[in-house]
Amino acid sequence: MNDRIRRRPVIPLRDAAGEPISRRSALQWMAASLALGNGACTPAPEAQLFSAVTMPEAGRGDVPAYYASAFVRDGYALGVLVGTRDGRPIKIEGNAAHPSSLGATDVFAQASILELWDPDRSQLVRQRVPGAEVSTGEPATAVSTWDAFEAAWRQRAADLDVSRGRGLVVLTPRFTSPTQALQMRALLRRFPQARWHRHSPLTAGAARDGSRLAFGRELDTILHLDRARCVIALDADPFSDGPGQVRQARDWAAQRAGIGEGEKTRARGAPRSIAIEASPGLFGARADERVALAPVQIEVLVDEVVALVSGSADADGASPLARRLATALEHAGAASLLIAGRHLSAHTHAQIAKLHQRLGAWGHTLDAIEPLDGVEGLVPDSLQALVEDIDAGRVDTVLVVGGNPAYDSPGTVDFAEALRRVPFSAHLSLDRNETSGLATWHLPASHDYESWGDARGHDGTVTLLQPTIVPLYDSRSPIEWLAFLVDGERHAGKDLVQATWRSRQGLGRLTAGSEDPRFVAWWRTSLRAGFVEGSAAKPVPVPQALPIVAEPRSAATPLVAVFAPDPSLDAGRFANNGWLQELPRPLTKLTWDNALYLGQKTAAMHGLSTGDIARVEAGGRSIDAPVWILAEQAEGVATLPLGHGRRAAGRVGNGVGFDAFALQGEHDAPVAITLTRTGRSHRFAVTQHRIEQEGRELARSVIAGSSIAAGPAKPSLYPPITYPEHAWAMTIDLDACIGCNACTIACQAENNIPVVGAEEVARGRAMHWIRVDRYEADRPAGGSLFQPVPCMHCEDAPCEVVCPVGATVHDSEGLNVQVYNRCVGTRFCSNNCPYKVRRFNFLQYADESTETLKAMRNPDVTVRQRGVMEKCTYCVQRITRARLAAETSGVALSDGDVVTACESACPTRAIHFGDLRDAGSEIVRAKASPRHYAMLDELNTRPRTTYLARSIAAIGIEGRDTA
Amino acid sequence: MSSAAEARITSPGSAVLGPGWGYASIGDKIASIVLTRPAGRLWWLAFGLTSCGVVALGLAIGHLLRRGVGIWGVDIPVAWGFAIANCVWWIGIGHAGTFISAILLLLRQKWRTSINRFAEAMTLFAVAMAGLFPLLHLGRPWFFYWLAPYPNKMDLWPQWRSPLVWDFFAISTYIIVSLLFWYIGLVPDLATLRDRAATRFKRLTFGLFALGWRGEARHWARHQRTYLLLAGLATPLVVSVHSVISLDFAIGNTPGYHSTIFPPYFVAGALFSGFAMVLTLAIPLRRAFDLQDFITTRHLENGAKVLLAMACLVAYSYATEIFTAFYSGDRYEIAITVQRWIGPYAPVYWAMLACNVLTPQLLWFRRLRTNVVFLFVLSLVVNLGMWMERVLIVVSSLATDYMPSAWGIFIPTFWDWVFLLGSISTFVWMFLVFVRVLPAISISEMRELVRESAEGKA
Repeated sequence: MNDRIRRRPVIPLRDAAGEPISRRSALQWMAASLALGNGACTPAPEAQLFSAVTMPEAGRGDVPAYYASAFVRDGYALGVLVGTRDGRPIKIEGNAAHPSSLGATDVFAQASILELWDPDRSQLVRQRVPGAEVSTGEPATAVSTWDAFEAAWRQRAADLDVSRGRGLVVLTPRFTSPTQALQMRALLRRFPQARWHRHSPLTAGAARDGSRLAFGRELDTILHLDRARCVIALDADPFSDGPGQVRQARDWAAQRAGIGEGEKTRARGAPRSIAIEASPGLFGARADERVALAPVQIEVLVDEVVALVSGSADADGASPLARRLATALEHAGAASLLIAGRHLSAHTHAQIAKLHQRLGAWGHTLDAIEPLDGVEGLVPDSLQALVEDIDAGRVDTVLVVGGNPAYDSPGTVDFAEALRRVPFSAHLSLDRNETSGLATWHLPASHDYESWGDARGHDGTVTLLQPTIVPLYDSRSPIEWLAFLVDGERHAGKDLVQATWRSRQGLGRLTAGSEDPRFVAWWRTSLRAGFVEGSAAKPVPVPQALPIVAEPRSAATPLVAVFAPDPSLDAGRFANNGWLQELPRPLTKLTWDNALYLGQKTAAMHGLSTGDIARVEAGGRSIDAPVWILAEQAEGVATLPLGHGRRAAGRVGNGVGFDAFALQGEHDAPVAITLTRTGRSHRFAVTQHRIEQEGRELARSVIAGSSIAAGPAKPSLYPPITYPEHAWAMTIDLDACIGCNACTIACQAENNIPVVGAEEVARGRAMHWIRVDRYEADRPAGGSLFQPVPCMHCEDAPCEVVCPVGATVHDSEGLNVQVYNRCVGTRFCSNNCPYKVRRFNFLQYADESTETLKAMRNPDVTVRQRGVMEKCTYCVQRITRARLAAETSGVALSDGDVVTACESACPTRAIHFGDLRDAGSEIVRAKASPRHYAMLDELNTRPRTTYLARSIAAIGIEGRDTA
Repeated sequence: MSSAAEARITSPGSAVLGPGWGYASIGDKIASIVLTRPAGRLWWLAFGLTSCGVVALGLAIGHLLRRGVGIWGVDIPVAWGFAIANCVWWIGIGHAGTFISAILLLLRQKWRTSINRFAEAMTLFAVAMAGLFPLLHLGRPWFFYWLAPYPNKMDLWPQWRSPLVWDFFAISTYIIVSLLFWYIGLVPDLATLRDRAATRFKRLTFGLFALGWRGEARHWARHQRTYLLLAGLATPLVVSVHSVISLDFAIGNTPGYHSTIFPPYFVAGALFSGFAMVLTLAIPLRRAFDLQDFITTRHLENGAKVLLAMACLVAYSYATEIFTAFYSGDRYEIAITVQRWIGPYAPVYWAMLACNVLTPQLLWFRRLRTNVVFLFVLSLVVNLGMWMERVLIVVSSLATDYMPSAWGIFIPTFWDWVFLLGSISTFVWMFLVFVRVLPAISISEMRELVRESAEGKA
């Protein structure tokens, strides 16, 4: 052995010239390499760093630190708390003090954390290579730097200065940021000849036009569903539309919570919800009465109702429905609220505004405010106008501040083609989307959770954005970029926001480097709260409505299409978000897809059934879309969800579904379409196949005021077990649940639940720990019963007895816990679970390799390996955290210390969680409700998760009690 | 009778043994299949085909271990699919072997003699296949030993209330007892082969396993006693193993699983499919190696009679299941029963009834009971029917249980079929190897039969 080693020849190191290297020079080389290696590292962020002398509040890795910030969607802010661990943002909670949130969130806010950590986010500046194209026909781009762009811009700006900005266009999506508004004005001051164009895919165009018709000026409305005794949604869905959706759902639930409780409510009559809609929405699913009508029919109906309420002569021919609505409105008087949707004409919007005035509803159930997205002194032009200008050669520089107009412009506006021809264009965006590829410069944007900023909530409340992490990539926030565009200098986002508010508060800097203490105090308070106290928009007194000239109604067409944001993807911004792609759409339980929704008769007329691919043609353009027949859909109306069919969304969202923007007209009005069969078919990935309850009482309803009789306690062979310390339990109020899915996605974010993909979902392997079942409501008016189903944490859990290795057991507080390490994966527990809430890792679903996704995960929750079973844990990590906090502080746990992820996200407070041992707790109170019942009680599993039945108001549409 | 005279005894011919066979000729005949007779083209063809199946199963197992059980069509709610159905089916097939060798031995049914050896081998191979599936079906098969009670630092034991633990013991006991029983029976024959083997390697190998058997009276006496004792041990297993397997389902609360009739129902089904498999194997075997004198029409007919009896028992079980569902008034039980009739798996249900209940009724006709070709086809039909029954129990019950919102169906994937066909191939492959390396019919017991039939004649 030794011989062999000794005999091995020694190979001398040689340098490039072939000369042997001495030990000395070898060491020199090594030292140089090390130094070089260090030099290649990313430099530390250019800011002053201080070591922690006293422990900062976010210093402890085991305790999450929450920062008040905002989730901005379509320009409007939803106040949120960004939960960080070890400096990594990992979970979004609602900001309880913020008027748009009140502590709850929607699905988008919950999923925004994945948007931040999306590995497909843009990381580098890219510049178009002139003349070159990639194989798909898109322009070729090459990696560049911010320095290169900035140099290019300075040169361009110098040229533009000469022409006073002629040919310069700034294209923005809708924004409400006061800082950005100031910057827009500054930019247009520097370049007076420049133009501002604005494009957002889902506008409030018809509503504003209606306001102009009725009042002579553009006004937005804020709805107060909590004050409304009769809500009539006309092709609108206050639970999903617009920036106020979370608040509106909350207000509605608060109003509804009074049903059947006390004489007072009875005397006033229960609040009514009526939905007249073309395509079923969440509000319609929950409404007391729902009628499916095409938009044009709804417009006729509104005219009839207006005529009836105002007692004009042409009321004689009114339909029974119009009469009933009019009666209901007259009954409710000023407590009436009509909500009109995007697809109705400006004329109808104006009619409704006027009707509100007649009923005296303004100032009570709704307020008028100045539009929040305006910039003082500036009027934006449309995207259509921009394309015309480009075509006319009037534009040579386009700066696109976010958004994705090349994808989400209507089919009639070919912005993509126009943008290609612009000699200098720059697009700042979070990801390299369809627009990025066409601009000469693509610039990576910082995520909202990485940047300083401000935006307004749905009611105008100014909400501050603060970074919760240093930008992951070399990126700029929109205000930082705009600030650079204005003066060619780099600015820190914080300075920009502070500058705005310093001047707004009228508090200047005393001297350089020393702040006015009043501003410091104001800033700290606002930053901590997440918003500026009392900054909500002041309601505008509604002027006397102008006389409305009846418009000739467009000729009725046999089939029209309306375009709706996808419940999960919105207008396409979230297409690359796996959580949202896989989130079952509330009414269809469809994932990873969109579908052309048709009514039964319309589909039959065209010989189409669910899964058939139809060719949809409108105005010479056509798309192929798979058909989905919805019983609740109005006949003669096809609904096309937007946001799908992305070509440059990223690895998750590319090519999922079809792109309905191609058919969209310039306005939101319905588009006449024709349908033809293609003979091809499509397989949908759905999570729930059956919406009938099969006569089983799973999701139950009771007549308001009556109660569900609790059966006698059933005998059990198992000895009773006592839980001396805590006994955790949950109730889910089916009367409050609107089926919005916020719980599902909050749970996904909290518990590191993997995304499995369309194919696996189609196989029945979706992983959601809390699913929202939808059943047909057992009443003639239709509608849906939504039932969130997490683990029931049965006291006599059927899963536990069948596990051969004891991997699922009960803990001392009554939780049915799953021991991942012990699980061998027999799946017997799932078979034996009557509620089918267990989820199995059939394959390696958790992404164990992508770095950003690792950073996103909740460190308190195990990432599950393939081959193990998982399920709802009642957020055991949160219980543990609360218990530890109680133990260290010496203050006993009190009600509300433990809030599960689903409970916290729920906009309508349908979910309650707490300790049954605490006699005064909310959960004990909920369990004493007359509507309380346990699902599948006859199996005697004694579930800890129980339900409160849906309350059915026993009243007719006239608003009188018939019971 | 002197030993020389005894050696000259020949069989006068009976229902269970052809005429003219003596000790020597029986030994020659059976041993020749192993030692001298060249394998026929058919054997090679079958061997080649099944070898492909074995390789496919091996590759499939590799793929399964690498990717996970998600390669199958199992899902939530149908978390058990072909793997469990296959396991139950294979275990059931094994039962006929034990029944023939143990219970018929104790009942002194002479006709079992010529079929018990290969029936036992069939049991062994079937149980081997059956044992494979529950292991592979685990999410993390490398931890299968956690089901066994072994002392460990963490002081963790299996969870004794779970029928899967009982299952683990039932199957492992079954495999051990079957192996011992089969091996003990083989010992005298191994000695015969040792004595006749031409090459040193064969002599050594057979000799090693013959454990020094010299045919002494003492050897025989002890052998007989052991054999009988083991038969006594194996007898309860015929009933217990499949009863325990059935508890995997019956203990569960799933409608369609939760039923007290399951143990006897499963045992009846097991014998049904087992006897079908005996016929499936016996008919080509006697044809390929000219064993018509040893495996006579009487054997086949007896097998057919057992099949008929079991078919009736199984039919009764089906009827009882339906009756109980409706009699109980339990809406979930009723729903699952109706779902079987008209639900997504209805074609399987009706095909199963045709295979298991309707077709076997033809066996009431003696002409058909003695028609070898018919019996062979029927045995295949029954095997198929019983497999469908297992699939139906496992899958359809889970597909539509308590919550309609969670209902979902199981659609087998390519890999599900590879595992099923691969296990069948491996089973047949093992059997093909078995008939070439070990005596497929017991030489010693056949010789006994010669003597007994001669004495019976005399």
